[in-house]
Amino acid sequence: MNQAYDVSHLLAGAMLVTSFALLYQQRIGAVLNAFAVQSVTLALAVAWAAWSDNRPDLFITAFIALVLKGIVIPVALHRTVARLGIHREVEKVVGVGAALLVGLALTGLAQALVVKVASATSGHAREELALALSIVLMGFLMMIVRRNAVTQVVGFMSMENGLILAATGARGMPLVVEVSVAFSVLIALFVFAVFVFRIRERFDTVDIEALDRMRGDRR
Amino acid sequence: MIHAYQLVVVLPYAAALVLAAIPGYRLGAIANVVASLATLAAGIWLVTGGYLTGDYAIVDEFNIVFIVINTLVGFTTALFSASYIGHEIETGRLQPPFLRFYHAMFQAMMGSMNLALVANNIGLMWVGLELATLITVVMVGLYRTPQSIEAAWKYFILASVGISLAFFGTILIYLAGQPALGEGVPAMTWSLLQAAASRMDPQVLDLAFIFLLIGYGTKVGLAPLHAWLPDAHAEGPTPISAVLSGLLLNVALYALLRFKMLIAGQPAALDPGPIMVVMGLVSLIFAAFMLYQRRDIKRLFAYSSIEHMGLIVFAFGMGGPLANFAGLLHMAMHSLTKSGIFFAVGHIAQAKGTQRIAEIKGLSVTHPRLAVAFALAVLAICGMPPFGVFTSEFLILTTTFAREPWLALLPAFGLLVGFGALLMRLQDTIFGEPVGPAHRVDASSVPMVLHLMLVFAAGIFLPPALVAWFQRAAELLG
Repeated sequence: MNQAYDVSHLLAGAMLVTSFALLYQQRIGAVLNAFAVQSVTLALAVAWAAWSDNRPDLFITAFIALVLKGIVIPVALHRTVARLGIHREVEKVVGVGAALLVGLALTGLAQALVVKVASATSGHAREELALALSIVLMGFLMMIVRRNAVTQVVGFMSMENGLILAATGARGMPLVVEVSVAFSVLIALFVFAVFVFRIRERFDTVDIEALDRMRGDRR
Repeated sequence: MIHAYQLVVVLPYAAALVLAAIPGYRLGAIANVVASLATLAAGIWLVTGGYLTGDYAIVDEFNIVFIVINTLVGFTTALFSASYIGHEIETGRLQPPFLRFYHAMFQAMMGSMNLALVANNIGLMWVGLELATLITVVMVGLYRTPQSIEAAWKYFILASVGISLAFFGTILIYLAGQPALGEGVPAMTWSLLQAAASRMDPQVLDLAFIFLLIGYGTKVGLAPLHAWLPDAHAEGPTPISAVLSGLLLNVALYALLRFKMLIAGQPAALDPGPIMVVMGLVSLIFAAFMLYQRRDIKRLFAYSSIEHMGLIVFAFGMGGPLANFAGLLHMAMHSLTKSGIFFAVGHIAQAKGTQRIAEIKGLSVTHPRLAVAFALAVLAICGMPPFGVFTSEFLILTTTFAREPWLALLPAFGLLVGFGALLMRLQDTIFGEPVGPAHRVDASSVPMVLHLMLVFAAGIFLPPALVAWFQRAAELLG
């Protein structure tokens, strides 16, 4: 029993570490690799929950996370970046040091908040929830401090990873995990199809700064 | 045995599939109207069909109000769109294949919104709202101009973040319900959750409500989470602006109100009322001042939507049968009036070939009938008698005044500020020397006139049956 908790905490903790790794990468390729590692870790965590809690339906979630978020999307994004020839460096709004410090503060906040508030729920779910909330907030942070459209999407998908982890931690939550994975995949495909290419087509860049000039009221 | 609640969800989705297969855009537009009319019929049947609480669906006084408004405005918008969208092909802003996509997506969006409304499951409701959001994101970017892509991108990012936070809140609600209701579907079912609210952990509910408020509040367009709203309204096709303002904001508000009802069942949890009052007031007053600086006519009315959603959230935040009644009524009136205004704005944009307020002048000379209709619609949204918006605004202010006299000054102040801005803009567009081109308007004025008449009729006389129905819904809200 305790071993099951230890392994799930280990995997959730590993996901949090990759969240930090996402923040300090200098090159877009490395960001995508870090995201792939996070998604594979998520797949492992979900599979572990499926096995240890005896919930076979979660294996589907794990499989989707592994194949689509761990392999297909990172590969597709790598190819997109290569094809579009966009800047290989990550464009930052805030430096690495400051971003990591804020990330650390957010993690502390998430732990304090969830552990204090959710004292009634079982310990297992509680700590997993705290880790998941940290990952969600880190994804949020990444969307704020990175300027490029591709890195923003990665930040968003990393946020989704945190949400799926949280839903897995909530024992017996029906259907929602599968649905949310399906959604994140839908969103990712949609982003490829609609935005990355069109933004490139219209602006010759995927830098979000260029978009800010297009606000209707500022003409 | 088919029940009407199944029809309001299944019909639009089925229609979406059919529309995706219809190649000609004229035929598609007609099919879109027919499908919307069928959904409206199902929505009206739902009113007479009685209430029900199933495993996955719930129909009560409260959500029927939303469903009827949803199907009604969906139908009139389809009608407007059918006559409007052909013009966009002529001017070359859209190609026929895009219209096929547009019609299919329109029905899918209506189906998703109805799904969110009838769902008796917090997860299913989230799915419906998320689907509707994603579809509107695609619709906003339909014209593929740099501006519309920027608007769609911003909408996508902000709405996704909002919807993700709402999902986290949903998980927390499940965790709160789990000890009382056990694992699995029951702990996600509205009706059961609400009955068990007093046995839930208040602290988990508090945390969940904060996430849900920020998450769904983003979709309602509450300041300071409103940044996506004006862009999305201004850059998308006009029928989509009408649906966004008239319906999607309501559906998000519906989700928020359901959770408010849930939290209210646990006295030890925080009181959502004051938080909603403050957020509503901030949105109302902020948007009222922002109205003065708008140069784009659709953006102007997008800010007016923020203003009115603020007022509605304020009313529900005050709570109590009377304020809830006024809030519901105002929501219905705002939906009808604002979508009517967007229809009129669509006409104006076609007539003048622009959305810039500075280039729209002298409508009363070039398009007298359109000018009268637009003026009446704007006066209605300003809360002038005898229109229905006046009734609801008056009710909100008087109930507030009866309970918290000083607090009533703030919404009154916000409404006056907004009134001034809209009147100023109205004067600019209606009177003065006509400038620029004056095209013939092809779009049908039936939907616009219909909405105006409904709002007018509601201002003159509210049928007792309707009042009784809204009162029961207001009581459910607590």
